[in-house]
Amino acid sequence: MTDTPRPNRWRRFAEWDERPLRLDKFAREDPAHGFSAFRSPGDPKPAVKVTSGRIAAMDGVLAHDFDMIDAFIAAHHLDPAVAQEAMAIPSDTLARMLVDMHVPRAELVRLAHGLTPAKLADVVARLNALEIAFAYSKMRARKTPGNQAHVTNAKDDPLQLAADAAVAVAYGFDEIETTMRVSRNAWSNAVACAVGASVGRWGVLFQCASEEAEELRIGMAGFTSYAETVSVYGTEKSFTDGDDTPWSKAFLAAAYASRGIKMRCTSGAGSELLMGFHQSQSLLYLEARCLCLQRGMGVQGTQNGGIDGAPITATVPGGVRELMAENLIAVWLDLECASGNDARSSESEIRVGAKILPYLIAGSDLICSGFGSILAYDNSFNPSLFNAEEMEDYLVLQRDFEADGGLTPVAEHRALDLRLRAVDAIAAVFEELGLSTPTPDMKASVVTASGSADTRSYSPGEVAPISEAIRDRQITVIDVIKALARRGFTAEAENLLNVVKLRLSGDYLQTSAMVRGGRVVSAINDPNDYQGPGSGYRMTEARRESINDIRDLLDQDVVLRAEADHKAGQAARIAYGVIGAAEPGTARDEVVIGISPAFGLKLFQTTAGHKLSDLLRVLIQGIQSRGLRARVVRFRHTADTSFLGLSAARLSGSGIGIGIQAKGTAVIHSATRLPHNNLELFSNAPITQLDHYAGFGRNAAAYALGENPEPVLVPTRGEAMGSRYHARVAMIYAIETGLIEDGAAPQEIAVTFLEGGPR
Amino acid sequence: MKTPGVADYPLAETRGETIRGKRGLALNDITLAAVLADTVTMEDLQITPDALRDQAAIAVDAGRPTLGLNLQRAAELVAVPQDMIMSTYELLRPGRASSKQELLDRAQLFSDTYNAPAIAAFLLEAAEIYEKRGVFTYRF
Repeated sequence: MTDTPRPNRWRRFAEWDERPLRLDKFAREDPAHGFSAFRSPGDPKPAVKVTSGRIAAMDGVLAHDFDMIDAFIAAHHLDPAVAQEAMAIPSDTLARMLVDMHVPRAELVRLAHGLTPAKLADVVARLNALEIAFAYSKMRARKTPGNQAHVTNAKDDPLQLAADAAVAVAYGFDEIETTMRVSRNAWSNAVACAVGASVGRWGVLFQCASEEAEELRIGMAGFTSYAETVSVYGTEKSFTDGDDTPWSKAFLAAAYASRGIKMRCTSGAGSELLMGFHQSQSLLYLEARCLCLQRGMGVQGTQNGGIDGAPITATVPGGVRELMAENLIAVWLDLECASGNDARSSESEIRVGAKILPYLIAGSDLICSGFGSILAYDNSFNPSLFNAEEMEDYLVLQRDFEADGGLTPVAEHRALDLRLRAVDAIAAVFEELGLSTPTPDMKASVVTASGSADTRSYSPGEVAPISEAIRDRQITVIDVIKALARRGFTAEAENLLNVVKLRLSGDYLQTSAMVRGGRVVSAINDPNDYQGPGSGYRMTEARRESINDIRDLLDQDVVLRAEADHKAGQAARIAYGVIGAAEPGTARDEVVIGISPAFGLKLFQTTAGHKLSDLLRVLIQGIQSRGLRARVVRFRHTADTSFLGLSAARLSGSGIGIGIQAKGTAVIHSATRLPHNNLELFSNAPITQLDHYAGFGRNAAAYALGENPEPVLVPTRGEAMGSRYHARVAMIYAIETGLIEDGAAPQEIAVTFLEGGPR
Repeated sequence: MKTPGVADYPLAETRGETIRGKRGLALNDITLAAVLADTVTMEDLQITPDALRDQAAIAVDAGRPTLGLNLQRAAELVAVPQDMIMSTYELLRPGRASSKQELLDRAQLFSDTYNAPAIAAFLLEAAEIYEKRGVFTYRF
């Protein structure tokens, strides 16, 4: 026996190493160091003590020992009138109530006013992922789902911002959010996105994430309509390290409302862990504190679900379920929920798709917060879970599950028209206000650009003086509206004015407000009324049709038109002369080729794109190469490959026949065999090449000669043949079966090759 | 007009003619033509305390008392100049006020100058907690 070295690795692991998934890193569960999603020994036991109408203790801490977060929650979130009743309900009972469609949302919301952070966390932790998603769909505040986009680019190029904002609006996003690579460019970004978002329709709310004071000033100048950068944290040390307190943030919340600007807070699992002040407590418990704090502050909603902490949360066991669980707490607390699905938490497209699915099915006020409507490298917030690259995947997921993810497909020509209009609009504004004059080349490069790498437009340094001029000259939205109108962009001027007018009534300050069809729609006038099948949000038929109308759809007309394009070409190459009824042959040197009913009559190419004339030519040549003769017979009683082959074999003097469909599926059969027990089969027509068919002809001849040839194998690389071809194949096959006549006799066909035949 | 509730929402649709900006210009009179005629200023696009109190009432009617309180606080801040808002926000951040007294003084100011009792109470509450939790400590 020779010594072979002991193998040191199964190669499969080396292949797995190369998959994008292995770029993701995973952390061992370690509650002491904050790496625990749902439970930690450091989490307190749920409890409340009410003394003379005041919260005397909460989650094991006496009022005297409350930290700032406890104190704020006890003072502003917990309702002493409800706390004892709600906290007395066992967690299992509350968990069941969340998934019980017979328990109204309103009752659960009422009880939540008396639930402590530890209790809320303890309850939702008892639900599995499916139950969390279900409870989320029942508990979210507004009935109609929505979505938010990021609109940014790597150059802070205002022309591209305007074009991309217009496209995001067309896709149906309810909110768009921008930020800058260079903070000085905030004002330019704000004006560009506000103008772009006014192209096509009105009502998309817009924010410009920047430094707090500047963001509020930009809002007061009328360019933005909402804010969501007001972050809160679940430990006191994180909060003060973030340079704020619950009171400072609550003050800011009131300040935004006082300016008529919609606002939500931001919090998410993992932020305390990233900031190094996790108190050895679970991600969910800390997040429950954040959410109680936000309800106490009186903000209408939250951006929640990991957010910047989503990637680290996804590294721990159950992390993705935790993100869902914290969103559930948010909506249980009756907050608008912009539910994360924001920072990309994985390099694996499978993990990305799995992450989004529960939200897509359950619906959410804003499913992503936001969706990168621009290419990943242009996303100045860092890549989102979904970016422009995956836009069409998302649209198809909506269609697959008939789930309203808030977006609508946009036709190619429409997208281009909007980009042209938006670029012209922002250029007009810049020119009217004496800010800059973009050249035709700059504009043209942006209109067709997929991302900023393709543009010859403004650089960040060139944007800065524009931005500073907007700020220093105290240009307001009124100046921009006037500029638009003066240059003929009347619809855009009206649209922009309508958005600013929203702040007068303050209707959009209510929970979960967005604008649809020119109306404010919120949890007040569109409350989630889910009570079981048939209730809650259901797409209208019109909405369903708009979601389903993705591009490049196949139907029988499309397939027949494609075939018709080849009809004339085939007529010049091959003629199928009908000689008469085909009789059984007696010559031992013949192989019968049985062709299908539509072969060469209505269908002219295989699914691999081979002309049927070429296919027949190489098959015949293959048979002839072994000194045998090919006889062609058309069957009209069947289009099934096996029976085409078997019928051909039965007519063949050698007892060997080939059956072939127009789409290219082929079989070698013997008259002595059972129908589905053939000699050789080409089942993957889309990857079958002419060489394979030639070999098929040779092998059929070899069987007729009594040989036992090596079967021809068509190598597959694991392509998803069904997804690529089955829709077309089924339509093609229907054309074949449409020509079938019961009992129709086979026809002897004289095949004549008109250009370069087999002779 | 009676205090609005959920049934009156959205107010822009049910009471559009009564909604006005800071200078009294009615919502329905804010048109593109008016903007182009230079009769609309940014002040006309500012929400009023009345509108915020109406929305607060709707929020409470919808079972959202904390949102109602926030909108009440917001109503008190409408008339407060931007610089005062930002400096008060700054004062509430950790370590900005060096003593409880600074916050107490600010509360007094809001109470006296801006007729903002809810904001004043809110600042007093912060002062108490900040003292207890050592938030007045200077931070480098």
